[in-house]
Amino acid sequence: MPVMDKLQAISGTAAIVGVAESDQIGRTPDKGPLELHAEAGRNALADAGIDKSEVDGVFTAGYSTYDVAEYMGITPHFTDSTSVGGSSFVIHIAHAIAAIQAGYCEVALITHGQTGRSDRARAGGNPGLPSAQYETPYGIIGPPVAYSLAANRYMHQYGEDRTREAMANVAVSTRKWANMNEKAYFYDTPMTFDEYHDSRWISWPFHLPDCCLVTDAGAAIVITSAERAKSTKKGAVNILGAAEGHDHAVLHQMPDLTRTWGRHSGPQALEMAGVTHDDLDLAMIYDSFTYTVLATLESLGFCGPGESPDFVADQRTAPGGNFPLNTSGGGLSYTHPGMYGIFTVVEAVRQLRGETGQRQLDECKLAMAHGTGGLLSSTGTVILGRD
Amino acid sequence: MADGYNKPIPIPQPESDNYWEGAKAGELRLRKCDDCNQAYFYPRNICPECGNNNTSWIVASGNAKIHTFAIVHRPPHPGFMDDVPYVPAIVELEEGPRMATQIINVEADPSVISIDMAVKVVFESITDEISLPKFEPA
Repeated sequence: MPVMDKLQAISGTAAIVGVAESDQIGRTPDKGPLELHAEAGRNALADAGIDKSEVDGVFTAGYSTYDVAEYMGITPHFTDSTSVGGSSFVIHIAHAIAAIQAGYCEVALITHGQTGRSDRARAGGNPGLPSAQYETPYGIIGPPVAYSLAANRYMHQYGEDRTREAMANVAVSTRKWANMNEKAYFYDTPMTFDEYHDSRWISWPFHLPDCCLVTDAGAAIVITSAERAKSTKKGAVNILGAAEGHDHAVLHQMPDLTRTWGRHSGPQALEMAGVTHDDLDLAMIYDSFTYTVLATLESLGFCGPGESPDFVADQRTAPGGNFPLNTSGGGLSYTHPGMYGIFTVVEAVRQLRGETGQRQLDECKLAMAHGTGGLLSSTGTVILGRD
Repeated sequence: MADGYNKPIPIPQPESDNYWEGAKAGELRLRKCDDCNQAYFYPRNICPECGNNNTSWIVASGNAKIHTFAIVHRPPHPGFMDDVPYVPAIVELEEGPRMATQIINVEADPSVISIDMAVKVVFESITDEISLPKFEPA
């Protein structure tokens, strides 16, 4: 089990000093995924004011770190290709703190890049994996089908009508944030409740706007020691808490379709940071689907089981509401190239720095970024603070 | 192979050969741990609960109830183009374990299908080697 006093001793000892997206996000048919990694990596290093030659730790998922490092011309002394879906890049933050603390590296670069929009073909399944024998033959293929199965279980337990209204609330409030982010895929496209309810089915109980976008995009994060962070271009965003884990891979092995590993990684990250839910100014919660937000809010402990529909009611999570959620426009309305988790961190850092223009929160000193990966399988939670 | 069958086809692995041979023979075979005395899914030689390998095969009754289901309208794979709307599901077997499957021989309508509905296994032959265990209303 995690040893809390050791974790608390390293809380705040490392900091995020650079974040960036690739040069363009959304639709980039003329760019390959490794190019998006490299663009985002270069941009994040520029954001930090750190030269590529100083990077001695590399972290990525989807590709191996040697693919990305070779492409960028980096020869690291610490390498971590932990690949557990879209949460991977949030989880890499915990690994970077540990590596920096242990002395394995000083400047950690986490990169992401995917062309989910431009290469719509799905990779063939590995026949040795249980999914190939026990799920895909039944048409349980891809996240929309799997997550809709989980969502229907939630509806059964906690009420179909109130769950439906909550999913609509999340979709509409997230769209409102996207309408304030010029990088968002749906920046120019508002959505009403009626439009949500009248939209077509993808996999019942999911309407189209319950499902995240499929875009091209890359992003990167630069992390170094708190000491070294002081001399970087924009200073430190302190990493106060970080936690991770998973409890299944294929959907039918999920112990409870309404509870994610966030039930562990959320409380652990908060305790490590020495803060509570009420202290947070911003929650960036991976919204692969509207339902993901409902299950995650409860798992993280923002509210109890079955209480998310009340928690998100009346556009409380929208601009002007008292629980700012996914202020970039999220995976639902800003960008989602396949493994979106890193973008929760990019937005949290920008809000903490006061860089988000018209959607900037009045008060933002403490934020949570939370990634979910696979089929609600893995989670990573970080608590970030700005002095 | 049924003419034009272009959906993903399971490739039996060493630990699942007996499962797929059972399905071809019209039996839903499960692994059971003789230390925990508990059946589990999917088949593997080492019990995922206790970690012991004192395990055996049993034949399940084929009776189950729906744990959850969805109704897929946009095919996630070209092979399912002519099947939509279809009903993927997770069912809870009488013996305890849950498995993924499809509910067939029922209208794909959420007012007709319900969670906890009783279902029973049926085997759909898709190749000479493979029959898929699916479920229909009991």
